[in-house]
Amino acid sequence: MGGYAIYVWPAYAVFLIVLAWDWVAPALRRRRFARELRGKLARERTRATRAPRAEAST
Amino acid sequence: MSRSYLPHWMHWLGSPPNFYRFAGALRPWLMTVALVSAAVGLYGGLVLAPPDYQQGDAYRIIFIHVPSAWMSLFIYATMAVAGLVALVWRVKLAEVIAMECAPTGAAFTLITLLTGSLWGKPMWGTWWTWDARLTSELVLFFLYLGVIGLYNAFEDRRRGARAASLLALVGIVNLPIIHYSVQWWNTLHQGTTVDFLDPARSSIAPAMLWPLLVMALATHLYFFASLLGRTRTGLLSLESGKQWVRVLVDGQPAPTTGAPT
Repeated sequence: MGGYAIYVWPAYAVFLIVLAWDWVAPALRRRRFARELRGKLARERTRATRAPRAEAST
Repeated sequence: MSRSYLPHWMHWLGSPPNFYRFAGALRPWLMTVALVSAAVGLYGGLVLAPPDYQQGDAYRIIFIHVPSAWMSLFIYATMAVAGLVALVWRVKLAEVIAMECAPTGAAFTLITLLTGSLWGKPMWGTWWTWDARLTSELVLFFLYLGVIGLYNAFEDRRRGARAASLLALVGIVNLPIIHYSVQWWNTLHQGTTVDFLDPARSSIAPAMLWPLLVMALATHLYFFASLLGRTRTGLLSLESGKQWVRVLVDGQPAPTTGAPT
């Protein structure tokens, strides 16, 4: 790289690292969301089977 | 407001579950073509293109710096257009698309600033200078952060999206300032290298130009793939109470026992 390697390669590293973050971040957000929603739905189901009238009375 | 003048396919695609499936099918193809063209572009830029007669090999930063800078403007314009649709017609999908543009736009703006800094040090002798091009690009970065921050400041996500869309529309005045900054002011930043309106004015050799254009194609395709993925995630969390999301995430519909009989 003719003496410029210490500038060129870090620039390419920045490009790859920032875009890798951009790609991975929504996937992690999506997994967290799915896990939370599954937990919420599971709780709703157990509540519904144990005390069917509980929600109507409150 | 009636939207009956829209073609049928736009109605169909505007529905969150339809868009979710459509985006999921399209995204892998976009990303595949983006990766292949990035590989071709980087090979052309880092291996085939000769060193610059003035800048030596330092100029090779151009192959990521300039496409990222173009993306920082292109994504902002996309965000503003989606924001306008969100504000005028209150289309939920447009709100999500506008808001999901912002993180990727901020990412490309950050890449532009950092790679520019790494290019400026050997060429200008400084990491940073407060000149028109650099400062207006930094303002663009803060505009993206402002949109993200405003969106997250609202309890009601849809109201937050509309408020942030308004900010995005106001900030659009910065785009021509960035573009023309190298002509309007005396600046350390070099002038226009690639002139699409007047190709004869472009000051770049063909062996350097084609990898640059292929990288520009790759970053555009990457952005669309990333936006589709982000929009899918955004739609899921915005529609988390809806049956289609519950079936998708949980594999079964919500219990109906709470309903009065």
